[in-house]
Amino acid sequence: MGSLVTNLGLLINATLIATPPLLFAGLGSCFSERSGVVNIGIEGMMTIGAFTGAVAGLYTGNGWIAFLCGGLAGAILGLIHAIVCISFHADQTIAGTAINFLGSGLALFLCKALFDNSSDTPALDTTSKLPKIFEGVFPVGSFGSNVLNVYGVAYLVFVLAFVCWFVFYKTKFGSHLRAVGEHPEACESIGIDVYRVRYTCVILSGFMAGLGGAFVTLATINQFRPNVIVGQGFIAIAAVIFGKFTPHGTTWACLLFGLCSGIKTLASMSNTVSPNLISMIPYVVTIIALILFVGRANAPAANGKPFVKAR
Amino acid sequence: MKTKKGILDSNLFYTILAIVIGFAIGAIFLLIAGISPAVAYGKLIDSVFSKPKYMVWTLVYAAPVIFTGLSVAFSFRTGVFNIGAEGQYIVGSVAACVIGILVPLPPVIHPLVCILAAAGAGCLWSLIVGVLKTKRGIHEVLSFIMFNWIAYYLQNYIVNIPIIHKKGGGEATENIKDTARIIFPDGIMKALDCTGAHWGFIFAVIAAIIIFIIIEKTTLGYELKAVGFNKNAAEFAGINVNRSMLTALGISGALAGLGGAVQTLGMAGRLPQLAAQEGYGFEGITVALIAGSNPLGCIFSGIFYGAMKYGGSKLTMVKAPSEVVNIIMGCVIIFIAISQVFKAIFTSIGKKRKEA
Repeated sequence: MGSLVTNLGLLINATLIATPPLLFAGLGSCFSERSGVVNIGIEGMMTIGAFTGAVAGLYTGNGWIAFLCGGLAGAILGLIHAIVCISFHADQTIAGTAINFLGSGLALFLCKALFDNSSDTPALDTTSKLPKIFEGVFPVGSFGSNVLNVYGVAYLVFVLAFVCWFVFYKTKFGSHLRAVGEHPEACESIGIDVYRVRYTCVILSGFMAGLGGAFVTLATINQFRPNVIVGQGFIAIAAVIFGKFTPHGTTWACLLFGLCSGIKTLASMSNTVSPNLISMIPYVVTIIALILFVGRANAPAANGKPFVKAR
Repeated sequence: MKTKKGILDSNLFYTILAIVIGFAIGAIFLLIAGISPAVAYGKLIDSVFSKPKYMVWTLVYAAPVIFTGLSVAFSFRTGVFNIGAEGQYIVGSVAACVIGILVPLPPVIHPLVCILAAAGAGCLWSLIVGVLKTKRGIHEVLSFIMFNWIAYYLQNYIVNIPIIHKKGGGEATENIKDTARIIFPDGIMKALDCTGAHWGFIFAVIAAIIIFIIIEKTTLGYELKAVGFNKNAAEFAGINVNRSMLTALGISGALAGLGGAVQTLGMAGRLPQLAAQEGYGFEGITVALIAGSNPLGCIFSGIFYGAMKYGGSKLTMVKAPSEVVNIIMGCVIIFIAISQVFKAIFTSIGKKRKEA
């Protein structure tokens, strides 16, 4: 019995650690996709965010500032993606591929340039990382301390999920961004600046992907390594599709995929099921979900289509 | 009325411009990192051209990306976007490796069986996505990305299966049997002074020529292109659009699978446990874009990419991070992707000048 509670606790803890990076990136991606810009460059944006976060943590010693720096680095790649896709009408999938090249290329290049050809950044002190909010609240070794005492940002992201939902459905900007993704021509005719809405959304998407990446290096682990992100950007994309392009759907999907990741962590400890098979679950589940429920017309109608302003 | 084609109308001009800009941006980053671009680019050129054996190595590096480039180029020409070449490459190399280790066969037949299995695996991997698209209307880009990662974890799962896992630890499989290797005979290898030379590049060139003939000279190619150009018109003309799309995806997947086969049978000789996507499929996108989706062009853009990868791997000797290659290539993709806009701007400037 005791071991069941312990395992359950470990699982919740692992899920709370694995979900935030996906959720940050996934929520951001909702904005971009719903405004009509496909963003498969999330992986690259997360990687540059992870790197920048780790480096800023080293130099500033302040986890929160470093976290924001990670977001800003992602936002810069988001801006590039926006310029290329929105102003230059480039193929969005190809542009996203380029962003992935740039993100991982830049992160590793700068890492080696800064740290004497090492592809890892030096480890951060606990004080330069993001703070844990329940430090000292629960007695050492108790359930609360082992399970719930995770980095504060892990809770913040769920608040953010609610904020995103609010912005999507309760604000003017939200209704604009949803409309722009469905029928940009109609929006333009009633005076909505399609480009401005899309630019905002894509940059926001980059910023949040960057935050997701920075969470990995500033909370989950304490340094940047070449394979810190592998696939998380793509899982975030999967979560957005699985969540039908809505912030709340994406949140549930990210929790589900975070749970998969938690199970993987536990399974690799007990050595019963191959962690590689468990790692496949998010992708397989997404495919099955697409077959069963989502099907055809669920993506925003104008998603992936460049919009050319009428003269 | 036919007008004379100026240099500003040619796609090749914009491709070269994109490459030049890519190198320029790479140079800026090298400067920021305190490395002289002249030294780094000098090393890059030097390590590709200074010895015949380096050039052979370049072709060895080019072989798999020519295949994935062909795969992507073929898909572009037929109106789908095979961003799943990465996954098809992986299942191809897994199939080739498993048969190379487990099935004892005589020489010549052994690699042939491995190669066929790899093409089949890549084809199948891509066809699943094709069926999802034609039967359920699921966008191929999404399912390709999912299948890339399923393939990735599949490889890591298979590498760790005890019967093929390397005995006595190590993060890889056993070596494949010598009968399955496609390396050059010792004599040729000595003549080339290159210990890694294999048939992969020659296979890639043959594949490029076959694909060129299929696209440009056959009815099948005409139909596939028609579907890619305008689905509705093709359907109206009596072409079975779904079947064409599946054919195109099948061929495209088989090509990527072949890339995995030549790399495994020629270069690596075994499968490693992957820590990150190896990127051959994504590099194929760049190769196809640089080639303007022309199969014969893929040979040259593949060699270019091979040179960048091989030369890039030597950059550490001058203390320059080899990742500058990724930065350059990322910029090249971006500038090719937006070259149509440049083209429009340049041609409109040209027109105004003429009018003035």
